[in-house]
Amino acid sequence: MLRMVKRAQMSKTKSTGIRLLAVFLALATAAILIMAMNLNPLEVYGGLFKGAFGSAYRVREVIIKATSLIITSLGIAIAFKMQFWNIGGEGQILMGAFAASCLALNIPDLSRPLLLVLMIIAGMIGGGLWALIPAFFRAQWKTNETIVTLMMNYIALKWVMYLQYGPWKDPLALGFPKIPNFTLNGILPKVLGMHIGWIFAIILVFLVAIFLNHSKKGYEIAVLGESENTALYAGINVKRTIITAIFLSGALCGLTGMIQASALNNTLSIEVSEGIGYTAIITTWLGGLKPVFISLVSVLFAALLQGGSFIQIAFGIPQAAAQLLQGMILFFVLGSEFFIRYKLVVDRPSLGEAKEELEE
Amino acid sequence: MKRKASIFLVLLMVMALVVTGCGSAKPAGEAQDPVNEQPKVKVGFVYIGPVTDGGWTEAHENGRKYLVEKLGVETVIRENVPESSECEKVINDMVDQGCNVIFATSFGFMEYVEKAAQNYPDVKFLHCSGFKMADNMGVYFGRMYEPRYLSGVVAGLKTKTNKIGYVAAFEIPEVLRGINAFTMGVRSVNPKATVSVKWTHTWIDAPRAKEAAKALLNEGCDVLAQHQDAPGPQVAAEEKGVWSVGYNMDMTAIAPKAHLTSPVWNWGPYYVAQVQAVMDGTWKAENYWGGMNEGIINLSPLTENAPEGAQEAVDKAKTAILSGENKIWTGPIKDNTGVERVPAGVTLTDEQLTSMDFNWLVEGVIGKVE
Repeated sequence: MLRMVKRAQMSKTKSTGIRLLAVFLALATAAILIMAMNLNPLEVYGGLFKGAFGSAYRVREVIIKATSLIITSLGIAIAFKMQFWNIGGEGQILMGAFAASCLALNIPDLSRPLLLVLMIIAGMIGGGLWALIPAFFRAQWKTNETIVTLMMNYIALKWVMYLQYGPWKDPLALGFPKIPNFTLNGILPKVLGMHIGWIFAIILVFLVAIFLNHSKKGYEIAVLGESENTALYAGINVKRTIITAIFLSGALCGLTGMIQASALNNTLSIEVSEGIGYTAIITTWLGGLKPVFISLVSVLFAALLQGGSFIQIAFGIPQAAAQLLQGMILFFVLGSEFFIRYKLVVDRPSLGEAKEELEE
Repeated sequence: MKRKASIFLVLLMVMALVVTGCGSAKPAGEAQDPVNEQPKVKVGFVYIGPVTDGGWTEAHENGRKYLVEKLGVETVIRENVPESSECEKVINDMVDQGCNVIFATSFGFMEYVEKAAQNYPDVKFLHCSGFKMADNMGVYFGRMYEPRYLSGVVAGLKTKTNKIGYVAAFEIPEVLRGINAFTMGVRSVNPKATVSVKWTHTWIDAPRAKEAAKALLNEGCDVLAQHQDAPGPQVAAEEKGVWSVGYNMDMTAIAPKAHLTSPVWNWGPYYVAQVQAVMDGTWKAENYWGGMNEGIINLSPLTENAPEGAQEAVDKAKTAILSGENKIWTGPIKDNTGVERVPAGVTLTDEQLTSMDFNWLVEGVIGKVE
């Protein structure tokens, strides 16, 4: 019999070794795929790297992609810290984008700074309120938040789709289902060639780190995540903590929505979320719920995406194959996290020696 | 000592060469080919679907291959680009990698191409099927309604239930022109037949197109036509044992027992002409809308499934269109609510055909512009 056993603490060197081995194995396995396409794996990997960091433009693209990932991951980390499995980032992004778009489309003549600040606030409230619905159900009736947040994504998506195909459709688009673009007043300015969101992301990394590790509320969230009984015993107001944490979680996702709509799409559409709400779950988890690590992982992930985009154009690799490549690398890295936390044990008396070896 | 000095001098010169060589590297948009002084061309194609979609994108990809074969220019592609800011990013990536001519082949790419055209004045942009232009942004398309009309003639002769289905993407003039021309073709040979329209609101989602096709089949349609990138409706017709009219490419291979004919694209010669003009330095942004007479569009050969007499009827109609005798959009034309849209003796102009007022369905169509 083969079974999994949770490991005790593993040394830093060993865990780093496993991670490096995983990346190496991923590249080696993917090399077979690349060779099957009659390409040189070393060149393609070089392209992956060059495509992400080879020019100032590419680095900027990586940072732009990372920005949305970081902000969303920070939001999700707050929820995860409380062991509230917020799978609803996608919907919260869409609703944040929707709330911000309401302002950008209806009061476009407001002065630019004022409109943008209001859009940011609206986006955060939009995402926060959307997250509050499952939070309320969980706090009140102990519903399963994984299912509810996931389902809320589809509702948000269909809502935006309804607007795009119906009441908000641009009459000047000749019948094509698109919402009119924001005026310049509703578009975030650029700093160093990138939309200003990257500065928000840096500030938020520190704010969320301080909030989670050095504030009373952050401590209460962590305690509640470990054990509700302990939280109750310690006199923590469970319902209020859930509501606050999840509002913040949704608000950060909503901020991403505002950024995606304003800075990147210049309007609302069903495409604004780009799956970031789901990708951020991976980056949050790989970053160990720690804001600084999350931002590092997000940058690496964004680099992988940008590099993947580069090799498609540069080597003519089909999109499916490029995504397969990214998926393989991710699969091995996630797999290594599993082996760092667990080990496989073979239960057979004759293999006693082997077992000892494994446990070493 | 002297020798050392000379080596040092040579090294210095090499260094200088390298440094100036690097320093004089021009931005991608205006890279010069030192050999023949012609601007070096690198062409990017932004596709909405996969190059193997068996339809729209594959037709463009065939055009690209033709371009490479004829002119030997360097080309790059990106598949599955959504009609969102991702399109803008892909264009930026292509310019970053040295492209100075970019073809974007979906209607919804329009505003992103427009934005990119502003950002990169040295890059030439060509957008397929849109209506926005700039000094460095041309628009190109074909009068697909001509072969659509002809395919309608074939469908009208084939149908036994007098119910024809049409799986359509979006309620934009391009698609409406196709439905209306097709229906007029149908009713030119079979005034009793109707054309039922189902909207999918997607160009590329094959399962959704197939679902819409099945719904039409369940309503009793025995010929299906499509305005979708991929041949999903053809497969649905084949499975049901009825007939179909394709689009984009000759779709006989995917539905050998169902397929009658397809209005098809032939982008290659246009791509060659445009890129040649860029290489010659004579390129100007234009609004190109070619007809069957220019070869950018045609009707694929009728298959053995086509009804008797269809070939003669198509030949006759084709001659009339090519000679200008049948302009298709000549009144009287009523829409399907009974309103007269084109008075007798009047022919719609190109402006009218591409404007937002072209938002009606011709008499004989069952369906509405949602």
